[in-house]
Amino acid sequence: MKKGFLFISCEQAKHICDKAQYHEASLWEKIELNIRYTWCRFTRAYVKKNKQLTTVIQKSRIDCLQNNEREVLKNEFEKELTKQL
Amino acid sequence: MSKHTIEPEKWIDRYSDYLFNYTISRVNDREMAKDLVQDTFVASLKSMKNFKGEASERTWLISILKRKIIDYYRKINSKKGKAEVRMDYNSDEEEGSWLEERVADPFDKTAEDTLVNDELGDAIYACLDKLPNKQAQVFKMKTIQGLETETICNELNITASNLWVIIHRARTAMAECMEKNWFN
Repeated sequence: MKKGFLFISCEQAKHICDKAQYHEASLWEKIELNIRYTWCRFTRAYVKKNKQLTTVIQKSRIDCLQNNEREVLKNEFEKELTKQL
Repeated sequence: MSKHTIEPEKWIDRYSDYLFNYTISRVNDREMAKDLVQDTFVASLKSMKNFKGEASERTWLISILKRKIIDYYRKINSKKGKAEVRMDYNSDEEEGSWLEERVADPFDKTAEDTLVNDELGDAIYACLDKLPNKQAQVFKMKTIQGLETETICNELNITASNLWVIIHRARTAMAECMEKNWFN
């Protein structure tokens, strides 16, 4: 078995874990992550914290403005600001 | 005690998302929330001379926004009183004639849920405020708005690997901050 096959670095594992939070990790990447997860405590700690963050953000139902909406708001406000100053 | 200063030219970048999140969780109408946030900024601009610097800019803006939201509900309620009341809702064919559709939804958010969600939203925004601008922007676009990687890369003119590096840094910082401010 060649080196690197199935075995990934801690940094790669974190990268896959990040992608997995957005459902962008492939099945193969998930398998690689799971193998590292079984023996690397740093990977386990990172996965735990990362999942916790995803859960808490989903639970909060937090929202924000889209970039174009913010631009509209900014333009309107700048007009008012110019009038005021 | 140090006095807070007022910098209206930075309001949109600093507070628009926070105020918008605060509003939409209360009015549940995106367009109305945007209007209320805009009205708040304009009203705040007009009453800048009343800012004493005892509270932070954000606290002061929220106090004005709260009054705007109360005014909005007052206006709605005064319109409701004048509206025609339909009494023919019980016809057999119409949707909504079932009794269970008329009672309060048991899975609807309770006041306690709303309070916890508000506090959680505040904690998340407090952590987002500590991130560098670029990290906060990418994190919001990817995590809160749920935009595709490609869309963000095109909009911000960055590569996918660049985006994942930014996301990784933002998530690490956010997880640490939330650990201190929320989980503990």
